[in-house]
Amino acid sequence: MIVEAILLTIVTAATPLLLAALGELVAERSGTLNLGVEGMMAMGAVCAFAGAVAFDSTVLGIACGLAAGTAMAALFALAVLGFAANQVASGLALTITGLGLSGLIGAPFVGQRREAIGHLALPGLTDIPIIGRLLFGQDAFVYASIALTALVAVFIRRTRAGLVLRSVGENHASAHALGLPVLRVRLLAVLFGGACAGLAGAYISLVYTRFWSPGMIAGRGWIALALVVFAAWRPGWALVGAYLFGAATVLQLHAQAAQTGLPSQALAAVPYLVTILVLVLLSLGRHRAAGAPGSLGQAFVPDR
Amino acid sequence: MASGQPEPLVALRGISKRYGDLLANDGVDLEVAPGEIHALLGENGAGKSTLVKILYGAIQPSAGEILWQGRAVSITSPVEARRLGIGMVFQHFSLFEALTVGENVAVALPDLSLRDVRARLSQVGETYGLALDPRRPVWSLSAGERQRIEIIRCLLQNPKLLVLDEPTSVLTPQEADRLFDTLERLASEGRAILYISHRLEEVRRLSRRATILRQGRVVATADPRAMSAGDIAALMVGSEVGRVEAHEPHAQRAEMLRVDHLSLPPQGLHGQPLRDLSLTAWRGEILGIAGVAGNGQGELFEALSGERLASRPDAIRIEREPVGHLGVEARRARSAAFVPEERLGHAAVPSHALTDNALLTHHGEGATVRAGLVAPGAIRTLADAITRQFDVRVPHRDPEARRLSGGNLQKFVIGREIIRQPRLLVVNQPTWGVDAGAARLIRQALVDLAEAGSAVVLISQDLDELFEIADQIAVLHDGRLGPARPTGEWTREAIGLEMLGVGAGEGGQHAA
Amino acid sequence: MRLELTPRAEISPWARALAPVAALVVAFALAGGLIALLGRSPLAAFQVYILGPLGDPWALQELAVKATPLILIAIGLSYCFRANLWNIGAEGQFVIGAVLGGWLALRTNGTEVGPWLLPAMLALGALGGALYALIPALLRVRFGVSEILVSLMLVYVAQLVLDYLVRGPWRDPKGFNFPQTVTFDPAATLPAVAGRIHLGSVFALVAVLATAVVVGRTLFGYRLRVTGDAPKAAAFAGFEPKRTTLVAFAISGALAGLAGIVEVSGQIGQLQPAISPGYGFTAITVAFLGRLNPFGILAAGLVLALTFIGGESAQILLKLPLDLTQAFQGLLLLCVLVADALVSYRVRLVATARATP
Repeated sequence: MIVEAILLTIVTAATPLLLAALGELVAERSGTLNLGVEGMMAMGAVCAFAGAVAFDSTVLGIACGLAAGTAMAALFALAVLGFAANQVASGLALTITGLGLSGLIGAPFVGQRREAIGHLALPGLTDIPIIGRLLFGQDAFVYASIALTALVAVFIRRTRAGLVLRSVGENHASAHALGLPVLRVRLLAVLFGGACAGLAGAYISLVYTRFWSPGMIAGRGWIALALVVFAAWRPGWALVGAYLFGAATVLQLHAQAAQTGLPSQALAAVPYLVTILVLVLLSLGRHRAAGAPGSLGQAFVPDR
Repeated sequence: MASGQPEPLVALRGISKRYGDLLANDGVDLEVAPGEIHALLGENGAGKSTLVKILYGAIQPSAGEILWQGRAVSITSPVEARRLGIGMVFQHFSLFEALTVGENVAVALPDLSLRDVRARLSQVGETYGLALDPRRPVWSLSAGERQRIEIIRCLLQNPKLLVLDEPTSVLTPQEADRLFDTLERLASEGRAILYISHRLEEVRRLSRRATILRQGRVVATADPRAMSAGDIAALMVGSEVGRVEAHEPHAQRAEMLRVDHLSLPPQGLHGQPLRDLSLTAWRGEILGIAGVAGNGQGELFEALSGERLASRPDAIRIEREPVGHLGVEARRARSAAFVPEERLGHAAVPSHALTDNALLTHHGEGATVRAGLVAPGAIRTLADAITRQFDVRVPHRDPEARRLSGGNLQKFVIGREIIRQPRLLVVNQPTWGVDAGAARLIRQALVDLAEAGSAVVLISQDLDELFEIADQIAVLHDGRLGPARPTGEWTREAIGLEMLGVGAGEGGQHAA
Repeated sequence: MRLELTPRAEISPWARALAPVAALVVAFALAGGLIALLGRSPLAAFQVYILGPLGDPWALQELAVKATPLILIAIGLSYCFRANLWNIGAEGQFVIGAVLGGWLALRTNGTEVGPWLLPAMLALGALGGALYALIPALLRVRFGVSEILVSLMLVYVAQLVLDYLVRGPWRDPKGFNFPQTVTFDPAATLPAVAGRIHLGSVFALVAVLATAVVVGRTLFGYRLRVTGDAPKAAAFAGFEPKRTTLVAFAISGALAGLAGIVEVSGQIGQLQPAISPGYGFTAITVAFLGRLNPFGILAAGLVLALTFIGGESAQILLKLPLDLTQAFQGLLLLCVLVADALVSYRVRLVATARATP
């Protein structure tokens, strides 16, 4: 079933984008712009793969990916929260560092492959044509990413901690004046973002490709950043966006395979061009600052 | 306890706060008793805000102690202050524009759920006459409504001490009256109120005990009703601040600036539009534009300066020539000059030296820039001339703009324009947050410029200032400008009504 | 525990000048730690990375060759960064410059052309980079789209364009199916000025000197600084922000494009899928390490070029992967940014105060 196969691969392509975008969304809601997603994902991918091989355990591999993403985020937090360094440049530095370090760590693992991880199998349900495997035959990451979307949405809109997160991101000076711990909230949000990026990377190396190769993140971290803008900082829309982008990626791959006569490079450029196009279309449709946290990207130094 | 003076709720003993070389507070003693409305008086820069930030735990003192109900406490954070029972209404509101009223209140009250907050909000609102819809986003509210959020947020914590920092600075006279009623009622419930202001009249109305600060020190603690306004002013300022020498309106009126049915759409998500606004500024006169902050002052300024262009060239004319489509530099070339409200970041680049900042509005002139190349000598001469003529006190030669005090930087950015002797000067809030000496110098400079035959448009929230130096006053409310009338024909009450949008010209019902 | 930052009242020019040096030292120490973790001697690596190239005349020439694109690009980036505009797509502008300039070299290949060829190639390269940089600039000015994301996305697109051309229509038919074009004619090759050092290095020096004048002495330089440090003040001064954005991006892209065609014409001699080891990204580190000052960028470009050369010899001599160089460059940029913070703030480590009831 070609349709089923396409739909399944769309889910696979969308899941890492969704995970990374959710993490960045929370970080940005706290007012911190972390452009290091690409680097954190690369580190997550390589450490997850290395961990899985070293311990011969996918679960421990995932844990390593999570830890690597979080550690990279901690480095970023030290620079921008601890030392009030420029967020844009620090995020770039994090990406460059992460891409380099991941190459170093991954060098011994190039050429190795992992087995596919388990998928849900519910007798009866999973066997329903077309939608069976789509709904009831996915791997744990997919269900986790969708659950995480709901959790983040509820957290932001409905909980006190979410209210504090939004307040800190909206106006850090007011938040500080009220005694909210601005830097601690941001630290936690940035670390969450790193963990999500690490998880997204782990998904790519352990599920999507099942091998490690340098440059395999291929701009997904940047697309995740664009998704946050697309989603206007709302988790539900991040899910929609991730699946739309996943679809664009997969359809381009199928078009390449289908010998459309277009050069493969033109099709490979589709996700990047679509990202630009979407950003432009969005700016036409709504006010450009709509939804952006008020203090996004600004360093905060409390006065004492 | 049995004596006439009740035991103080809070007592500050020898509080000092040092910022580098600056001693913002120097051994300050202050006591506030339950049920008392205690005024903290002082001019801008006297150290009032620093003191209350220390009391609220937002900053830590360098020396001294705080006694709360007779016990020494260290207030390390606003959370700690609120736990003790101290509530704070900030001068620059600590609100979140994108959040709703309910969320803004809930975020400060960790023990209440959003639903509880909504219920309590209406309850407290009824008790004190402070009605608010918890579901409205803050950006859609007026300054007076925003202040209500701050006050209610405090009251919901049932504070023993309520601190208000310059609460009337953004209110109309009528709104201020309502606030005073609320405060008196709160005091009668036994709450202590620390009321910070630099306005003598309202302090004399509200309180029986006032502490006066000057340059970080307490210079007196006294009953403000027992002293004359002149005595208090002298204590606040330290020396006699002379009055501005008035000028006579010119006999023949020549039109300098004419705005004709100007409308501008709102800018940004929460912007204020300008609605069908007309005015005329005459040479030799100061036209005052009164109004509560956020009613379109910034937008009017940017439309006049050319930072935002009008949709029709003839919506704005300088000396009868349409300039609505021309930018700032083209208008400067027609002998217009402008001073925006925000000193740091708009009128001046904070991290640049004064010479660089002098160039900001003088780069269109031949002397400072030749063939695209900057002439450092000419700019230095210009900056030195401004500094000298307008008594700008600098810590050393050519400091960064942010190193100057508010008053000195304001003298610099106003001097930078006046030194050119423009035929039109538009200023927005020229003495906001400026010490009395600098304010007098600035007002005198505006009067002198008008005297010399220029037209001055003075956008100001300070009614005292407008009554002191404006020849005509018009009121800006919700992006609309009322008719200009000679200052002598206005009363404060009439201006207050127009500031609320219920002026004689418009009728209509009382705004919320 | 937390870090407490207090703004410094006066910033000493010494601290400003020394901050990048301190950052460099710390980054070296961090890289040494990494190398030790990889089981190699940090001292041996330091010898191979730094001392080796510095003591070798051939390597010194190579240093100038590698520093040339870095300095050209970083000088261009400094125009954007000064105005607080984030062009992070210089790598793409470099590639498009190489493609457009290279196109002329390929069109005229094997024919007799006049001395106009090289200047025309360089002009086309600069034009290509400028036009490519104007895409994010225009989208920002017209639609308010983040120039960060667009310029970065366009890097991938540019690389795919180059990849398509050298594998497809521009491939050398006699090249044994290798993805590369024919070798440029001598007339399309940038002449050497000394040994391996080609004319491009002279362009880089000219760019440094010209930028020193533009930034320090002209109204345009003032305009960039005001726009970057206080955008509202820039609008008040009458400096139209849209024009500033377009001009800064155009200059930045032109210099990156020039670097691209200079690299292809002076160094590689043909087009191939990979013409840059990430010069466009490393140049970001160069620009910040040089504190956006043209002479600082000159020095920083040489330092970072050293890491490229050292990285190549370390790969051969110590079997250290090239990725180490990239990791080092990223860490160095982080260190530079933190050092900048230390210049502006006094930093104290304080124990977190627990509230006492």
